[in-house]
Amino acid sequence: MVGITSYGAYIPRYRMNHNTLFTAVGFLLTFPPPGENAIANQDEDTLTMAVAAGVDCLASKKREMVDGIYLASTSQPYAVRQNSVLIATALDLPCGIRSADFTGSTRSGTTALLAAFDAVKGEMCGSVLVCASDCRLSKPGSPQEYLYGDGAASLLVGNEDVIATFEGAYSVSYDFPDRWKASSEKFEHAWEDRFIRDSGYSQFVLEAISGLLKRYNLDIKDFARIAYPGLYAREHGAIAKRLGADPAQLQDTLLSTIGDTGAASPLMMLVAALEGAKPNDMILVAGFGNGSDAMFLRVTDRISDLSERRAVKKHLAAKKDLASYEKYLAFRNLAPFDLGMRGEISIRTPMSALFRERKVVLSLCGSKCQRCGTPQYPYQRICVNPDCGAVDQMEDYRFSDKKGVIFTYTGDYLAASMDPPSLYGLIDFDGGGRFWFDFTDCDMDSVKVGMPVEMTFRRRYVDEPTGVHGYSWKATPIGE
Amino acid sequence: MAEGIRDKVAIIGMGCTKFGELWDKSADDLMVDAFKECIEDAGLDKKDLNAAWFGVHFEEQSVGKGATSLALALKLPFLPVTRTENFCATATEAFRGACYGVASGAYDIALALGVEKLKDTGYGGLPGGPGLMGTKSALIMPKLTAPGAFAMMATRYFSVYGLSPEDGKRMLAKVSAKSHYNGARNPKAHLRREVTEEQILKAPVIAWPLGLFDCCGVSDGAAAAIVTRADLAKKFRPDPIHVKALQVAVSSGEELMYTKWDGAHVESGYRAGMLAYEEAGIKNPREEISMAEVHDCFSITEAVTMEDLQFSPRGKVKDDIEAGRFDLDGPQPIQPDGGLKCFGHPIGASGLRMLYEMYKQLQGKADLPERQIKNPRLGLTHNMGGFPAMNIVSVAIVGL
Repeated sequence: MVGITSYGAYIPRYRMNHNTLFTAVGFLLTFPPPGENAIANQDEDTLTMAVAAGVDCLASKKREMVDGIYLASTSQPYAVRQNSVLIATALDLPCGIRSADFTGSTRSGTTALLAAFDAVKGEMCGSVLVCASDCRLSKPGSPQEYLYGDGAASLLVGNEDVIATFEGAYSVSYDFPDRWKASSEKFEHAWEDRFIRDSGYSQFVLEAISGLLKRYNLDIKDFARIAYPGLYAREHGAIAKRLGADPAQLQDTLLSTIGDTGAASPLMMLVAALEGAKPNDMILVAGFGNGSDAMFLRVTDRISDLSERRAVKKHLAAKKDLASYEKYLAFRNLAPFDLGMRGEISIRTPMSALFRERKVVLSLCGSKCQRCGTPQYPYQRICVNPDCGAVDQMEDYRFSDKKGVIFTYTGDYLAASMDPPSLYGLIDFDGGGRFWFDFTDCDMDSVKVGMPVEMTFRRRYVDEPTGVHGYSWKATPIGE
Repeated sequence: MAEGIRDKVAIIGMGCTKFGELWDKSADDLMVDAFKECIEDAGLDKKDLNAAWFGVHFEEQSVGKGATSLALALKLPFLPVTRTENFCATATEAFRGACYGVASGAYDIALALGVEKLKDTGYGGLPGGPGLMGTKSALIMPKLTAPGAFAMMATRYFSVYGLSPEDGKRMLAKVSAKSHYNGARNPKAHLRREVTEEQILKAPVIAWPLGLFDCCGVSDGAAAAIVTRADLAKKFRPDPIHVKALQVAVSSGEELMYTKWDGAHVESGYRAGMLAYEEAGIKNPREEISMAEVHDCFSITEAVTMEDLQFSPRGKVKDDIEAGRFDLDGPQPIQPDGGLKCFGHPIGASGLRMLYEMYKQLQGKADLPERQIKNPRLGLTHNMGGFPAMNIVSVAIVGL
């Protein structure tokens, strides 16, 4: 029995209301579509959101059992340097792992999930983590700016403790030139909206779902939830009508609350469907982009065994309005803001050192003294406890999944930042260990000594001359 | 404990430039200026020198690596010159090297000179960059600045001792106001303006809770000392100043990575102070140390240093600050020259600049009578480099 064994999601904290966009650069529209988009923070990107969704998905799961990692995205930071294995390193997954990036189309989310089912079904892998994430740049003032939202979804595929079995799939593929971007380009191009809607979206999703129903001899009324992206609200309903589906069967597209999260969109809807699912529910999922993938799953009675995740529901509730369009431009580096001479100091990442220290930098692993039990970050060979001092008696110790409290902090207006003040401080980890970290997703007024925090994987810098995207872990208040 | 350095070495000459944003002075100019005053004060010729120690921290901003720049600037005649660098204790390390050089008998007369040219970076504050703590740290450290690193100690001090931000900031404002009072009277200081507590409290925040006036200036400067063995000192001048203690303590990592440190004091500061008092035979530093120049890179640093050096009981420095204990006319003047607060902090020069003030005060030769402290016996200098959570502290004690 192959299927989904866990799920998770990540939606960034900031939301930008379409009215904010419209007020700033609304010259192409007569009125804004209602709703808001999820906006990745200045230190977030496709990879950091994928890691956050992966953390949510892997909660209470054994990471050492994962032997496959797939990333689906159209906005991965690296064209060369595999993005999925960077995620695996951040999640401290084993090296004996199959990794692959699925890209080039927003359909890559469903395609990666199907590939994971295939890998487990073919007994090549036992447990594959699929992360789908998109943080797409759009030109200021473009229609995409209203449409695109940032977010990530994650699904664990395996054959033990399956909460929803994979039952079957059907795909159609077309070289449909609705959107394209050469690998050297910053922004996507798009053909006329009516063409995308009428010749593509309305046709392919319908064709894939109809093909699925025919191949497996199913009735559309068999499904408790039907999830497919809602690029166009009216056509989204029209497709359902032509399929003979009841509007009550349709999974919310999240278009007005998060926006279109690209490769993540269908998986995000699947996660939301699983959050509300009952045993024996049948769920139909379809992705869109250069064709369509449709698949269906059957929920098992193991779904009630899965501990509660943040997933879509909790992330939707935790939000903060980003009222400044200029701040958004700064977050995305879409305007030449001045960081001062201090901010122009070049960061050259020593890649050999980064690889050597990957467990420390990317996995947030330190060591625990086998003699006195003191956890310490980063890895030490000689125990930092002055009453111990044991030499080379350390075992690996992962801090990324430990909670902690703020020991002390500051808000620094001198440090170069696109979102001053820079907040940072010392963290005391539950169970032992102390180190200093940047803080994120919090405000000066809310930070206090003793406040509980958790760790989050974030982008540290982008070094333009070398193209290096640097990452590390930051502290963030729990429940903000 | 080892025998120590007490009374084995004497200072027979010192020099110190004016500190400030010296746009028209190069590091070479500063070295020559400090050296000229120093060697004239000692009444020597440079051929009398046997060796030199040269302190500079951000060498990439000014003089380059190695010791050649000192020898080239001063045209030292092929002397053994050693370059030292140890964060903010750089100048004191140069002084320590020179003292140990003559105390060992290897040399009779040695020069220590520290210089820093900070104002060629194009921005305020200290030069930044990821390399300060090494390759690994650059990959994992928060993007902190010096004000931020010390602000975290203020946050912690307020929290541990239950001070509201308002009370804590007012305590720190008194520290800075006192130093500005002293600096305003010192012709060699960079910032020579008195400021009121209210001005300090209203200034913009640099790194919460520290505001503009909680931070020391950033400046260029140089200072120098010539030392000899104590038994030779009277040949050169009637009033040599003797070295009583020279100690350095460096963090082991337990403050940053272990969870026992309270974050409201500097452990190395306490340790270096204890070692220095033992070396100098001091039992009661609050009573015996006449005056001190401590490392007031930020107001909070001076405040906790009063406790680390046992001038004030733990958590009680506020009482002493409010009582005026550390004022120029108080029982234990601190930063009589205006401190880093008003001199700024050219890293490689600061330790020797502090010794220059102690030296002149002990000789009764403060440049202006109103600055002269009455009958000082022992003066202490203190440098702290790095961050409260990971640092190096040097303590020097000098006396008649």
